[in-house]
Amino acid sequence: MSKFIIKRLLISVLILFCVTFIIYALLRCLPSSFVEQRAMQLAAAPGSKPYEEWVAQLNAQYGLDMPFLPGYFVQLGNLLTGNFGDSWRWTVPVMDKFVEVIPISFIMGAISLILQLVIAIPLGVIAATRQYSKADYAITAGALVGISLPTFFFATLLKLVFAVQLGWFDVSGMVGRNHALLDSWGQFWDIAHHLVLPIITLVIVSVGSLMRYTRANMLEVLNSDYIRTARAKGLSERRVIYHHAFRNTLIPLVTIVGGSLPGLFSGALITETLFAINGIGYISFQSMTAGDIPFSMFYMTFLAVLTLLGNLISDILYAVVDPRVRIA
Amino acid sequence: MSDKLDARRDQAARDGQAMALDDERRVKVLSPGALVAKRFFRNRLAVLGLIMLAAMFLFSFVGGLVIPYGQAEVFYTYNLQSQEYVSATQNDEFRYAAADGQEFGGSLRAQFLLAQATGQESFEYRGSSYRLVEEGADFYSVYQGETLIGIAFQDVVNAAPGGQELSFTMQRAALRAYTNGEDAFTADGVAYALDEGGNILLDGAEIGYISRFVVQARENGVAIPSDFREQLQEALENGLTQFTYTGADGVEHLYETQYNASTQVWAVMQETQTYVYDTYASPSLAHPLGTDGNGMDMLTRLMYGGRVSLLVGFVVVLIELVIGVILGGVSGYFGKWVDNVIMRVVDVFYCIPSMPLMIILGAAMDSMQVDNTTRLLALMLVLGLLGWPSIARLVRGQILSLREQEFMTAAEACGISVPRRIFRHLIPNVIPQLIVTCTMGLGSVIIMEATLSFLGLGVKFPYASWGSIISAVNDAHVMTSYWFIWIPAGVCLLIAVLGFNFVGDGLRDAFDPKMKR
Repeated sequence: MSKFIIKRLLISVLILFCVTFIIYALLRCLPSSFVEQRAMQLAAAPGSKPYEEWVAQLNAQYGLDMPFLPGYFVQLGNLLTGNFGDSWRWTVPVMDKFVEVIPISFIMGAISLILQLVIAIPLGVIAATRQYSKADYAITAGALVGISLPTFFFATLLKLVFAVQLGWFDVSGMVGRNHALLDSWGQFWDIAHHLVLPIITLVIVSVGSLMRYTRANMLEVLNSDYIRTARAKGLSERRVIYHHAFRNTLIPLVTIVGGSLPGLFSGALITETLFAINGIGYISFQSMTAGDIPFSMFYMTFLAVLTLLGNLISDILYAVVDPRVRIA
Repeated sequence: MSDKLDARRDQAARDGQAMALDDERRVKVLSPGALVAKRFFRNRLAVLGLIMLAAMFLFSFVGGLVIPYGQAEVFYTYNLQSQEYVSATQNDEFRYAAADGQEFGGSLRAQFLLAQATGQESFEYRGSSYRLVEEGADFYSVYQGETLIGIAFQDVVNAAPGGQELSFTMQRAALRAYTNGEDAFTADGVAYALDEGGNILLDGAEIGYISRFVVQARENGVAIPSDFREQLQEALENGLTQFTYTGADGVEHLYETQYNASTQVWAVMQETQTYVYDTYASPSLAHPLGTDGNGMDMLTRLMYGGRVSLLVGFVVVLIELVIGVILGGVSGYFGKWVDNVIMRVVDVFYCIPSMPLMIILGAAMDSMQVDNTTRLLALMLVLGLLGWPSIARLVRGQILSLREQEFMTAAEACGISVPRRIFRHLIPNVIPQLIVTCTMGLGSVIIMEATLSFLGLGVKFPYASWGSIISAVNDAHVMTSYWFIWIPAGVCLLIAVLGFNFVGDGLRDAFDPKMKR
């Protein structure tokens, strides 16, 4: 087991090396619009150096004057030592900004994951046990509608109905206008209130795949021999489904949920951007459109790490939960 | 099929032959494909999805041909706008004119007003005596001794637009005639006529007019026709706030008067028609879904947008399929180090976060001002390059198990070449799973493209795409007031993606009999 984990970790490091290389290559190929804009601003100040000198200075400052490969290795060295540089867009160290915005993304992700599990598993089990019934059709269709809903369209619809027409929520933003006047408990509720629509969006849009996964697994389990045996023993249908079948359905579910745990930190780029929630997704979106290379580089590397971690966790969990799986 | 079978059975019964139990005619033979189709069409959701897809394809590809408009055709409309045309003031104060070579200064005027108000016929000022002669209603001549020094009047004599200035004697004679209701006068030996509207005519030509109202054009150089002035005056005297007037060009305009009490000025607004972009027009017969902020027909843009969205979906999936099947097939067939290398490449591509990458590329293309077609091609290429790993994994996984089966040993024994073995014998066995994955994948690619276009980083104006149509909601006013701009596009998007997902789901169930209990 530990041998397997070490092997996987080493492969992951290798993959990460390649991914950071590709990301760095792409970012270096971009027109350095940020540097030029910044230089133009600085050069416009009275008594300032000419534009060209500013460009040269900023390029040197950001390591953009280096040839491609040395530049990459310097960047890699910085990454390895935990030095992610300063964000150009936010003018603070990348790490500071990250630490500032990650909690809200994590909270949103965690709440929506819990809600997804609570909704998806029971409905998936019901759909599987009554295959081809009206309930099954409704749940399958509902799950597919959720998957097919474009996040931005659904979020806009929610805004139109609940924020504009009913006026229950603010259209966007994380705090109300009188946030500063509230006591700490009031501020907590204010933020919670502003997170309702984003979390609904996240849950509806992503609950479908989990629901379908549960249904498919449950169907597979219900078709297996040991369920026939359990029925043949004369067990009640309730006991067969909730005792024998459901537990076995949980095996793949645990691996999937375990694998999605790192994803809680990745933020919801589109949803956060639409609702102007200052989570990692929205902040990164702003950084990326502003050409903030250090922050974009960090964010993409971070996402790659999360993906690798997710795969690793789900593989390990698969072996842990299901004793039939042997890991070589 | 079953009809034919029944017919044969009936035939057999008529012939008086008893069918044996194992008679071939008793058994309904269906090819695997027909079995899949039968299972597929039994699934109501899948059939619904097929109908939805057919509808969206007809809508996008045929609709664009049928509809008479182009996707970037701009529509105009006449818009009525009220603009201030003239201002009118009713003169209720005395105005003064000095006789040629005389002074009629401010203090003298004040003395005159005082005398006029108290009803005196003469007044003394600085040792001189002045005489008031009432020549008509609100019209006085002022004499110093016997010398005429000036006149005071409330009805104003104006020269015709572009005409000559009117002399003092002329003004005085005209006023005298006007205030006494006469219709002709002579001044400086010339005979003039005066009509009811107060127009001064010389040989039938209008050279000036007399009116209590002072009418000034809002813009310099606009000549106000006398009949307009009369009509305005009539309207103002009758307390009307609206009147219509047909100008010399034969166009009838509606005029509206607004009285400003503090300045005592009537502002006369002219309703003019302006030829403008027909923006945000509500749904009508000509534009069933209205027009957008650029005055383009929404229904047409929706159809062309569908073409782009569906096309992007198909091209991207095709790219994914080509790369994924080749690399996955090679990887699965050869195994060992080839498999290892290809699978690590797959892992690397799998790890690259696609949405952030697309956002950065989109922003970069923005700043490089890439033209629209290149942009669209780049979008499809990059989405395809990022999407193939899942297909490669699927193909490899299937082939790993398939290549151990007997038919592959047979293929090898027959001396069939390796590429042929992979692509003619192994890949066809993966096709069911590939079809399912691609159908579902089409939906997610369409959503991805729409999301990028929504963020303004994908397909750009003037090309339409469902995502870029919805991006109009970034203007909050569009979101709240013009549902017909963005809701139909969202519904189309939903129907298309849902159609692909329903069909994909139905195919998965149809291809995999194990899923059926």
